[in-house]
Amino acid sequence: MKFAVRVEVRLRQGIADPEGATIERALPALGFDDVRGVTAGRSFRFELDADDEAAARGRAGELARRLLANPVIEDADVELRPLARTGERR
Amino acid sequence: MSARVGVVVFPGTNCEHDTVTALERAGATGTLVWHTEQRLDGLDAVVLPGGFAHGDYLRPGAIARFSPVMAAVERFAAGGGPVLGICNGFQVLTEAGLLPGALVKNRGLRFVCAPACVRVDSTQSVLTGGVDEGRELAIPVNHFSGSYVCDDRTLAELRDTGRVVLRYVENPNGSVDDIAGVASRAGNVVGLMPHPERASDPLVGSDDGLPLLRALVGAAAGVRAA
Amino acid sequence: MTGTLHRALGLTDEEHARIVEILGRDPNELELALYGVMWSEHCSYKSSRLHLRRLPTTGERVLVGPGENAGVIDAGDGIAVAIRIESHNHPSAIEPHQGAATGVGGILRDIFTMGARPLAVMDPLFFGPPDGARQRWLLEGVVSGISSYGNSVGVPTVGGELTFDPCYAGNPLVNVLCLGALPVDRLVLGRASGGGNLAVLLGATTGRDGIGGVSVLASAGFSGEADEAKRPNVQVGDPFEEKRLIEACLALLDAGLVVGIQDLGGAGLACATSETAARGGVGMDVDVGAVPRREPGMAPWEVMTSESQERMLAIVTPGSWPAVEALCRRWEVRASVVGTVTEDAAHPGRLRVRDGDNVVGDVPAASLADDAPVYDRPMHPPADLDRRRSDDPTGTEAPADCAAELAALLVDPSWVYRQYDHQLFLNTVVGPGADAALLRLAGPGLPPSERGVAVTTDSAPRWCAIDPRAGVALVLAEAVANLACVGATPVAVVNCLNFGNPEHPEVMWQLSETVDGLADACRAFGLPVVGGNVSLYNETTGADISPTPVLGVLGLVDRLVERPPPMALVPGSTVVLLGARRAAGRSPHPLGGSRWAVECRGRRHGALPALDAAAHARLAAFVASLVADALGGGGSVLCGVHDVSGGGLGVALAEMAVAGGSGVRVAGVDGHAELFTELPSRVLAATDAPVELCARAEAAGVPASVIGTAGGPRFAVEGLVDVSLDELTASWAGALARRLEPA
Repeated sequence: MKFAVRVEVRLRQGIADPEGATIERALPALGFDDVRGVTAGRSFRFELDADDEAAARGRAGELARRLLANPVIEDADVELRPLARTGERR
Repeated sequence: MSARVGVVVFPGTNCEHDTVTALERAGATGTLVWHTEQRLDGLDAVVLPGGFAHGDYLRPGAIARFSPVMAAVERFAAGGGPVLGICNGFQVLTEAGLLPGALVKNRGLRFVCAPACVRVDSTQSVLTGGVDEGRELAIPVNHFSGSYVCDDRTLAELRDTGRVVLRYVENPNGSVDDIAGVASRAGNVVGLMPHPERASDPLVGSDDGLPLLRALVGAAAGVRAA
Repeated sequence: MTGTLHRALGLTDEEHARIVEILGRDPNELELALYGVMWSEHCSYKSSRLHLRRLPTTGERVLVGPGENAGVIDAGDGIAVAIRIESHNHPSAIEPHQGAATGVGGILRDIFTMGARPLAVMDPLFFGPPDGARQRWLLEGVVSGISSYGNSVGVPTVGGELTFDPCYAGNPLVNVLCLGALPVDRLVLGRASGGGNLAVLLGATTGRDGIGGVSVLASAGFSGEADEAKRPNVQVGDPFEEKRLIEACLALLDAGLVVGIQDLGGAGLACATSETAARGGVGMDVDVGAVPRREPGMAPWEVMTSESQERMLAIVTPGSWPAVEALCRRWEVRASVVGTVTEDAAHPGRLRVRDGDNVVGDVPAASLADDAPVYDRPMHPPADLDRRRSDDPTGTEAPADCAAELAALLVDPSWVYRQYDHQLFLNTVVGPGADAALLRLAGPGLPPSERGVAVTTDSAPRWCAIDPRAGVALVLAEAVANLACVGATPVAVVNCLNFGNPEHPEVMWQLSETVDGLADACRAFGLPVVGGNVSLYNETTGADISPTPVLGVLGLVDRLVERPPPMALVPGSTVVLLGARRAAGRSPHPLGGSRWAVECRGRRHGALPALDAAAHARLAAFVASLVADALGGGGSVLCGVHDVSGGGLGVALAEMAVAGGSGVRVAGVDGHAELFTELPSRVLAATDAPVELCARAEAAGVPASVIGTAGGPRFAVEGLVDVSLDELTASWAGALARRLEPA
């Protein structure tokens, strides 16, 4: 089966996030003084072949842990969904 | 016969020639090691130099740590061989788990290429063995992600066991505890963000990097003699 | 069939008729697209070529002059130096980070396509005053773009300029100079030859980047409306790809595997194929189907005109192809055969574009590369030229507070250059923030040498706006003096001519006057122009920028083994002013065009100071020889040196004081006029041997006057300024940061 995977990588709690802080500081000047708690992260997307969802989640998680996130400073969340046979996203 | 020091070249590395030049000023014979090499035969020390391995894409050092040569570097380190990571090289060593902690974006979110002053805070490493403790050295920095971070437990351990080898006199990037360089438990693996090879010739500014490089070359010669 | 398509591609009806004449038939859409990009202003220089012909281009050290990808100079010891300057103005106004980054990428390719390893970059930049969010966004983006690309690709940025003027608010200028070096026998030209030889595309895949970009973007001003729609045209750079490309190309050249090589820049494959074929007097067959793509469904005309970055075209013999492939594999650089060189006696010099087996375009290569129309656009001086020239600020009232106005002219540019790696290669003896960059002539793959090379970029739009002809001559003189202060003798000039809309007769007059002024000044100093770039249509809603010629000047040093006297005062030293202190005629200290008049008094008009080129050359040679004494290891009578230029004597003295951490007491300065005049041909020297210095100056025919002593905590110019050094340093250090990071 084919799966569409999205891995979101975020800084771990306690690691300074100057990017998020800078973005938050810039917001009031743009008229968003009702926004707090901005953090900056990154997202990675790919397609994966696996027998079933559990297997796909396992493989995606391994990829996320070994390469996409640095466990010293980052956490990774994996989201996935099966792709329809024709490859068209539902 | 002078010590042979290998300088690893990853795709995107750019300080390898400067590093070889500086090592030779410090008395070693320098040789380039391609990232696909699987053996480090005949080398007495290994240096991972500065640059932008893999364009610093994903995270600095994150892809380079999986290069074929890194397995050999890990074996070399495990065997007690001197391994030095400079700037991008330090980033590779932390990503590979050969040194604790991580390097994140500078506090000011800007690239910094500037003179810096570091203080030798421990002589228990291949980079600082024989250098006077407390000595201050003018060695430039050149990085976007040079801020050293680690958790409290790691920091306590580094401090207690004399593994913080260099600290900034004026912190240019927000590194915790002003840390500029750290060593492994055995002291044979060292990483630092400043560039000692850029302080190896008074013509271009300073030769304060030479005492550190000579210490490394001395450690390498010790390996050779052993 | 084409109707008015040609107009959408930026071609006039006359140009269309000319194409029909060349082909003997109507062009198809692909062919029209080829002419559209190749005959655009940016690619063909049709508005400026007529005038550029008047520049002197020959000299005894010139190995390659204008017309190739970079100028090349023989530097001695078997080493040649390649140099070029380019602009990337319009893309940087749309997307400053990527516009500047790809500007760096482009000029690096122009250098290593000659076989030279890029060793240094300089970035003269021009913005509107950085007091509003948009200007700050532009400046920060441009600097971060140059930083991220240059640092990552591994070429140090060793100097540049930062100029603020309201005329650039809608049209920032991003000029980039690159210098490289090569063993003389690795020199290769962008020329295709040898029927049956392969045209190999190296580097990145081809997408729709910049389709219509260079041609349309740089050949049109900003109207203020459709700028959002122009956003997709800006290319995104990949410095990692470029780094691999540099190493692969230099390795191919070292191994003798390449017959000719050309970078892909403006107009992409269309330009690279037609130019290499035209230069070699051959034809070329190109198969767009063989070009590796990044996007699906690209039409042949898109493949031919794409400006995707980080690509080169190499001409290779079939026998060399396996070795080329293997070498490219090692460096992880894509290599694809996309065409062949043709020597067809029946149909010579044709660029034939195929898509697989179908021929989709067939034009004479030279018609694209060489036969673009040459315009002789109308020109005339501004109607109120005489009024402007007589509106002179000399003789205005002295300021109530000279010290405050002097401080307002001081700027520490390190906020910018600390973001640039300026040390890579261990060559940078004098880096950013000084009069010129001074580098060892050394690098990977070069034969050993103790020589040095120096480079400066200089400009003064405030002078050129008053008088383009005299202004550019003063700029060249300043560059010569800057090189002298690092001990170098000038040998070659490159120029980047940034002007407004050439359809405005006043702009054409500015361009023509600039060319003539530069030509005269080059002849007076014995310097050849070895390359240049023209950027036109720098206008917004009809308002043109000031004429902004930027000069890059290369200098050589015979022996560089010790550091030069710094641009600084040494406490206890005597301060000597070298050069004539007064202009001939009624105004001994002319203020027309000075930074003080423009920035502190809002007075933009007047008359420029006159230049005595012979006296200037004497001064420069004298200063260079004194500095060269130190460089060669023999010590020097100088312990500090600095050219007097923008801001005048007060600014130069202040810059030396701040750099040396030393106060100074100076006397005998003739009022605010002498403090702020930008009279040329003056150099400040700090010395511990003033008697010897003055004697040697006299013997060299150079006027010299002792004006003061360095030392102490105060910066004092008797009767005019008396402030603490700390206060002055704080002004200087905070000037840029204050405006860029308002609390």
